[in-house]
Amino acid sequence: MKNTIRQVFHSSKFVTGFVILVIILLTMFIYPLINPGNPLEMIGVGTFAKPGTYVSLYDASRTGKETLRLSDADEKRLNRLLSDADRVSMVEWFSAMGIDISGLDISDTDALLDLWKANYTPDSKPAGMTMAKRNYYKRLDKAIKEIGASDTLIITEKHAETGELEEIGSITKTDYVNVGQVANVKSLPLGTDNFGRDVLKELVSATGTSIVIGLIAGTVATLIGLALGLLSGYVGGLVDDLIMFVTNIFTVIPGFVLLILISYSIGQDQRGAAVVAIVIGFTSWTWTARSVRSQVISLRNRDHVNLSKLSGHSLIRIVLTDILPYIASYVVMAFILQVSSGILAEAQLSLLGLGPKTTTTPTLGLMMNWAMLYSAHTNGSWWAYFPVILTITCISFSLNLMNTGLDQVFNPTLRD
Amino acid sequence: MSEIKTQNAKDFTDAPLCLSGRGVTKAFGIGEKRKLAVDHVDFDFHEGEFVSIVGESGSGKTTLSKMLLGLLNVTEGQILFRGKPRDISSGRKKREYWKGIQAIFQDPFSSYNVFHKIDSVLLDCINMRGGKHLPKEKKIEMMTEACSFVNLKFAELTNKYPFELSGGQMQRLMIARIFLLRPNILLADEPTSMIDACSRATILDMLLKLRDETGMTVIFITHDIGLAYYISDSVYIMEHGKFVEAGAPDKVMLTPEAPYTKRLISDVPKIHEPWDLSTVDLLQQEA
Ligand SMILES: Nc1ncnc2c1ncn2[C@@H]1O[C@H](COP(=O)(O)OP(=O)(O)O)[C@@H](O)[C@H]1O
Ligand SMILES: [Mg+2]
Repeated sequence: MKNTIRQVFHSSKFVTGFVILVIILLTMFIYPLINPGNPLEMIGVGTFAKPGTYVSLYDASRTGKETLRLSDADEKRLNRLLSDADRVSMVEWFSAMGIDISGLDISDTDALLDLWKANYTPDSKPAGMTMAKRNYYKRLDKAIKEIGASDTLIITEKHAETGELEEIGSITKTDYVNVGQVANVKSLPLGTDNFGRDVLKELVSATGTSIVIGLIAGTVATLIGLALGLLSGYVGGLVDDLIMFVTNIFTVIPGFVLLILISYSIGQDQRGAAVVAIVIGFTSWTWTARSVRSQVISLRNRDHVNLSKLSGHSLIRIVLTDILPYIASYVVMAFILQVSSGILAEAQLSLLGLGPKTTTTPTLGLMMNWAMLYSAHTNGSWWAYFPVILTITCISFSLNLMNTGLDQVFNPTLRD
Repeated sequence: MSEIKTQNAKDFTDAPLCLSGRGVTKAFGIGEKRKLAVDHVDFDFHEGEFVSIVGESGSGKTTLSKMLLGLLNVTEGQILFRGKPRDISSGRKKREYWKGIQAIFQDPFSSYNVFHKIDSVLLDCINMRGGKHLPKEKKIEMMTEACSFVNLKFAELTNKYPFELSGGQMQRLMIARIFLLRPNILLADEPTSMIDACSRATILDMLLKLRDETGMTVIFITHDIGLAYYISDSVYIMEHGKFVEAGAPDKVMLTPEAPYTKRLISDVPKIHEPWDLSTVDLLQQEA
């Protein structure tokens, strides 16, 4: 036993898979300590805030200032203001108005702005340009003017009674605050989702739930499959015929169709994560039952089983001590695969809108479902779905690696 | 070793019957593939007798022994236990039957559960004989005695696993098991064919000693007719699932009637004589 475990941990495949899984599990336990709170709390009002660190403007304007004269500050300001799309739009405007743009370098901000200031008039109506597009240029022009306009922003406060604006401070281009001193800075490494929720926090919580779903589904499937496989394989005869009949029925109906039907009939309100997990387990035990049965059939006529019978041991004792230990490694492998496919099945179900009810806990599948419903994939909000896909892939990859590693240890013919 | 050198068979025809068979048959497969592994055999084994069943590999010896043990169902025919039809229809009756009949299998390496220690193998035997509530010291004393009967030291074996022993030691442990169980009938299915020649004589010696001490019936299955001649009280020759010849070893060996028996006898290598290979040609012509 000890030897086997040592051997298992000498398999590089198993160890790689195990390490990935342990990292995922550790993150699951440690991250909520660093970033506690409800993972489904809607902190953002808008949808799909980009990943990054968010600094409170209000607090920043009230934080002690330092003056820094940085030579490249203006250039950076301009570059940030004019996105690549803006630059292309400006060139489009020039050509629509028939202005000569030969020799213009689109990345040369100064030249571009000079040309713009010299030529743009808000009243001009290039042929075929929509109202919306014209308004966009007006906004762009306003923003461009503001950069140059003043060096100082005045902060005013509205008087509570009179409503008069009272100047309380000003901000110049050379004013800086130390981020560390700003009272409210929020880091959103994976941005927010369609409901304005912290995606990373949600992802960590969802990973935990999905793994639990996988474990429950795997346990249910393995227990049912193991019990039926042992019984039909060892007892044989009529019991075997009956169990194999049921197994065949479950095999003929594709598991996933059955899963959809059962999930649908249970109804949204009753579908907690545990219920979904049990349903998944209940529809995926057949191949465990089949393979356990065939293993048991090859074991039941072995001499050590015969000797155990001759020693007067009961059927249950023989099954538990003379059969089960011999297939234990196999059952562990089947369990790992069942966990992995349970997690995938939940994701598939949830994508179809048949997953656990959506108000209480996030799961990896639900996150995918939300991202899809709110078109994260078409509006470029990759952070809402890509990390989820990556997590599912990592979990399934690590479990399958562990399984392959175990297989190589237990089936020496597969060793390379 | 010295005991085995001479033939000293006793006549057990008047002793009480312990196992008999009438038309015992086992068929494997169905339809075209149906094959009779054991084909309508009759036999009478007496109490205290040392019976040998001799046949080539594939002749149905193991199948017959599994039926005798009640590990395989009989397709046709009847097995009588002490003159009465054997009843092993329920699990409880089977367990009762197995108190009286035990076995040593051909392959010691697959006879043990690799997850169980030697102690538990022997303790099982004590429990089966109703010694479950004996004090621990008594149990250890019994196990030590059983081990020393087969020249093993229990103190060295305790907490070890059977696969840590050699094939010969494992087979001796099997005999220790029988020593503790004291069944009326012991079925030994080629117990020496998978182990080295040195251990072979020791094991035979121990089986004979066990028979002499306990008076149990030994059904010894072998492919070696020479060996069977020296140790048995009666010999059954099996060919293709049938008994082609049976009787006292002297009669079977010295005046064989069936051609199969003659061939088996001539295949035994004889010292001081050139080895007769003529039957090998005969065999090849048959094939
Ligand atoms: N479980 C089985 N299913 C089908 N055929 C079997 C089975 N067990 C034994 N046989 C066949 O029965 C014949 C006798 O086998 P066996 O009793 O093992 O012979 P022996 O022990 O004399 O070598 C062989 O031809 C073997 O192929
Ligand atoms: Mg055999």
